[in-house]
Amino acid sequence: MRHELLLAVAAMLILIAEIFTSPARRKSINLFAITLFAIITIAGFIPVKPVGALFGGMYVSTNVATLMKNILNIGVLLILIQSVTWLKKDENADRVSEYFMLIMSTLIGMDFMISAGHFLMFYIGLELATIPVAALAAFERYKNKSAEAGIKLILTSSLSSGILLYGLSMIYGTTGSLYFYEVSRLFTGSSLQILGFIFFFAGMAFKISIVPFHLWTADVYEGAPVNITSFLSVISKGAAIFIFVIILYSVFPVIMATWQKTILVTSILTMTIGNLFAIRQQNIKRFLAFSSISQAGYILVGMIGGSQLGMASVIYYILVYIFSNLGAFGVVIAISNATGKENIDDYNGLYKTNPRLSLIMTLALFSLAGIPPVAGFFGKFFLFAAAAEKGFYFLVLVAVFNTIISLYYYLLVVKAMFINKNDDPITSFRSDFPTRSALLICVAGIFITGFASVIFEVIKEISFGN
Amino acid sequence: MINFTYTVWILVIPFLMFIFLGLAGHKIGPKLSGLLGTGALAVITALSYITAYYYFFATPKTAETFKAIVAANSTWLQLTDKLHIDLGVLLDPISVMMLIVVTTVSLMVHIYSTGYMKGERGYERFFAFLSLFTFSMLGLVIAPNIFQMYIFWELVGVSSYLLIGFYYEKPSAVAASKKAFIVTRFADLGFLVGILLLSFHTKTFDFITLTDPSGPAIAMAGGASFMGLSVITWSMIFVYMGGVGKSAMFPFHIWLPDAMEGPTPVSALIHAATMVVAGVYLVARMFPVYALAAPVALNVVAYVGAFSSLFAAIIACTQTDIKRVLAYSTISQIGYMMLALGVSGYGGHEGLGYMASMFHLFTHAMFKALLFLGAGAIIHAVHTNLMTEMGGLRKYLPITHLTFLIACLTIAGIPPFSGFFSKDEILAAAFNHNKFLFAVEYAVAGLTAFYMFRLYFNVFWGKETQYNHTPHEAPFSMTIPLIILALASMFTGFIPFNKLVTSNGQAFESGIEWGVAIPSVLIGLLGIGIAFIMYRKETSIPEKLAATFKYGYKWAYNKFYIDELYIFVTKKIIFRYISEPIAWFDRHIIDGTMNSIATVTQVISFRIRKFQSGQLQQYAFVFVSGVILLSVLMIYVWYW
Repeated sequence: MRHELLLAVAAMLILIAEIFTSPARRKSINLFAITLFAIITIAGFIPVKPVGALFGGMYVSTNVATLMKNILNIGVLLILIQSVTWLKKDENADRVSEYFMLIMSTLIGMDFMISAGHFLMFYIGLELATIPVAALAAFERYKNKSAEAGIKLILTSSLSSGILLYGLSMIYGTTGSLYFYEVSRLFTGSSLQILGFIFFFAGMAFKISIVPFHLWTADVYEGAPVNITSFLSVISKGAAIFIFVIILYSVFPVIMATWQKTILVTSILTMTIGNLFAIRQQNIKRFLAFSSISQAGYILVGMIGGSQLGMASVIYYILVYIFSNLGAFGVVIAISNATGKENIDDYNGLYKTNPRLSLIMTLALFSLAGIPPVAGFFGKFFLFAAAAEKGFYFLVLVAVFNTIISLYYYLLVVKAMFINKNDDPITSFRSDFPTRSALLICVAGIFITGFASVIFEVIKEISFGN
Repeated sequence: MINFTYTVWILVIPFLMFIFLGLAGHKIGPKLSGLLGTGALAVITALSYITAYYYFFATPKTAETFKAIVAANSTWLQLTDKLHIDLGVLLDPISVMMLIVVTTVSLMVHIYSTGYMKGERGYERFFAFLSLFTFSMLGLVIAPNIFQMYIFWELVGVSSYLLIGFYYEKPSAVAASKKAFIVTRFADLGFLVGILLLSFHTKTFDFITLTDPSGPAIAMAGGASFMGLSVITWSMIFVYMGGVGKSAMFPFHIWLPDAMEGPTPVSALIHAATMVVAGVYLVARMFPVYALAAPVALNVVAYVGAFSSLFAAIIACTQTDIKRVLAYSTISQIGYMMLALGVSGYGGHEGLGYMASMFHLFTHAMFKALLFLGAGAIIHAVHTNLMTEMGGLRKYLPITHLTFLIACLTIAGIPPFSGFFSKDEILAAAFNHNKFLFAVEYAVAGLTAFYMFRLYFNVFWGKETQYNHTPHEAPFSMTIPLIILALASMFTGFIPFNKLVTSNGQAFESGIEWGVAIPSVLIGLLGIGIAFIMYRKETSIPEKLAATFKYGYKWAYNKFYIDELYIFVTKKIIFRYISEPIAWFDRHIIDGTMNSIATVTQVISFRIRKFQSGQLQQYAFVFVSGVILLSVLMIYVWYW
């Protein structure tokens, strides 16, 4: 519970701080908020008695949930650091505290969602995690695209929430309870229950951007400010995957065969369609959006086995994915802040002018593509191993093929930076301290999570499965 | 029981130093980089000496035996329930001895380099690479399992590659670094095959289990066979192939002379004292398996060693580049060590060869590093590598001269210098085991004395040469390591290796065998005497001799045309008849398939782009259709 409480306190402190700062000094809230959040992140790691329940079992705290929240905290901290330059722009300066407030509200929602022991708690968390993001996507409201992103997100997500609630109502109607443990006990796998499950699945699939429920992704990712795009693609997605895997493993073990088939179909679609679209993208944000769709497909592959290794590999991959994707987004943010350029063609010849940024980008893309020895390789390895362990060889084969395709388009960006010539390259610039430190953390994370096998062992230790 | 966990720092410090110097070296400037690199090394040298003291003298022995201690270990990759790759630190007599060798020589080379490399471009890079090398080499020697050893084995290869190619503007340096990397890498392929065979059959990578006389590896001695040899013999031969490559034994010796393109301190550190003895270390590490389960493989070790040592000694007599003479001398001396292992048995006095080999490894590291650093000082003074352009240098370089003389006497096996003791043990071991190999090594001892003193007289005596500018003695930073190493060469012979580093960890009695020692000193003196007559003053004897044995001389001078043979085999045969057809297949069949996959992908991705129209209504339509299709699929079609 400390995660949620601390976040709520911090969010209020930030609001109060805004009242007491003159408009000219609003920028100092940045430092205040990030320091607060860093403290929260560290506080999350302090071991306290982790297991317990609140509100009559609607809220349960477990080791896995704490770990997931900590991972999300790390990611959000990185995103906050990466946002500083953008927040210092004049047009955003008077809304700094709103930004932090909204991000922290979403995070509270996610934390509640992850700790839910009851479908209603889960649903409230889910909504709390979605609505502020829509506001964030429309943060640059003076830009048409940003406003469009906000409205598209809220409209499509209300559709998906509707379907999800419909599904929950069927589950409630057939089992008479919304408590996770009750549902798992009373679930029989009748047709109506499976229909309810599919509706629920579609709602979750929307959040994780699983094909065919992903269509909002590209438009929203492109229109939203880059920081929000990275937030959506890493944190929102990660949180949804976390709770999804928990619910699948703990609530629906009875219909495991059904959800395995569902995942089999959708993960193949997701990887393949995500990749096919990614190949054609010119805008680097759209490009990363589609690449993140196919990444979600690989994560589904890890999930399918339903084993302890499956859950561990998913959590580990999210951790790796946070560092890799935020590394890539960090470079995109740095370049977008310095020059406003967001097309892959603009990156031509980047290595000549900004060698370090190019190297970090390359590293991050290699990690996303899963090239050894960086963390992404181990992440994919464990995902695929978890699926192969349960005999899903065909799926693993498809996943490996898709990895090859993804390598192709990731390398296109690398090629643009290192090989392609450009008459008018992005000029050499030096990013400010927050951007650089965030990138450095990402690079360190990419290496450390890969090499320190302890991390995976710890995750595996506290994961569960059938 | 002392806690040795701190030994992890011996690895961590140089690694951090490499990262730091590599990233920030150019910011903090050359002076500080050199100082930091050397300081870090001084720290780990001190740690190594402390470890050695504790290990040999302060840890109680169990049953009169030095036990292997696993100071740190953590599982890195779990492959199966039994088979896992660990990273850790293993302390036993040979790894502790190697810690001393590597850190001592590396520290000397660091100090020496602060003077030698002064003003070079990429000074900081040089120190960063030195740190990387030290890290890799230390990781190799303290590896508790064969897989970690392999990882660091490759890292050592990489740092050697980086350092040989340090002057990357020079085409010859680039070619040499490539050659070194490719040749050793090819040999490492054998090593890897060996590891895989071994671990597949024994289900372990762990050295302690592998070398346990009652463990799975040795129990398999009589297992399944292929071409008359057991699996274990085959895998040990393959493992040895890696050692042959790294240690530049025939036929993989060709990279070492070319590697002399690197800066001289590098030659001293990597290509004389530490990396090239990795092969010897590898065989010593696996020795119980060789001795107890794979005697045929051990014979291979002995004969390859003996042949290389003779072969290289003959070539060394004809070379004029001083660093190349030293390089061939290194091959020859390593051949000695291999031979000593090859003729050794396991346990007690039978293990004399093992002890002698490690002893010689130790003394050789000191005096060969001294020779190379001395050669560096000479080259530093006269700006040429060719001994034909030198002469009479004793007047200009007094300290270098004296220390070089000590090193030459040591390698020639003149008592009481250390080389005498270690070589005597090797010859005694060979004499007890195989008279033919003994005869070969006996001849090599004479040749060694001859070519070393040929070098010595040519450089420091010989004809008076006019130099463009008067050569001057090297700075203190360079002479101090020379003096320290000279002292080490003089006195390390008195270390009682038979009490410390033996094949099974138990001490045994051994003394100087005068029946072998006296003739070997005599042949050493004979070699020196001949060199004295031929090269003390400028005479026409060498030319006459060369003319008399015209073909033999030319043959040896051109290193028996081994390089040309390699080029013929690779370019004319392998490239033309194997590589080119493969390249054709690759370009037309493989690439064609891949390209058509790519085209299909492109076409599909173009076709489906309409799904992403930006229309919300359509998104909602697809969403709901997806839900319906999935429901129908799961409830009515695929419901079992």
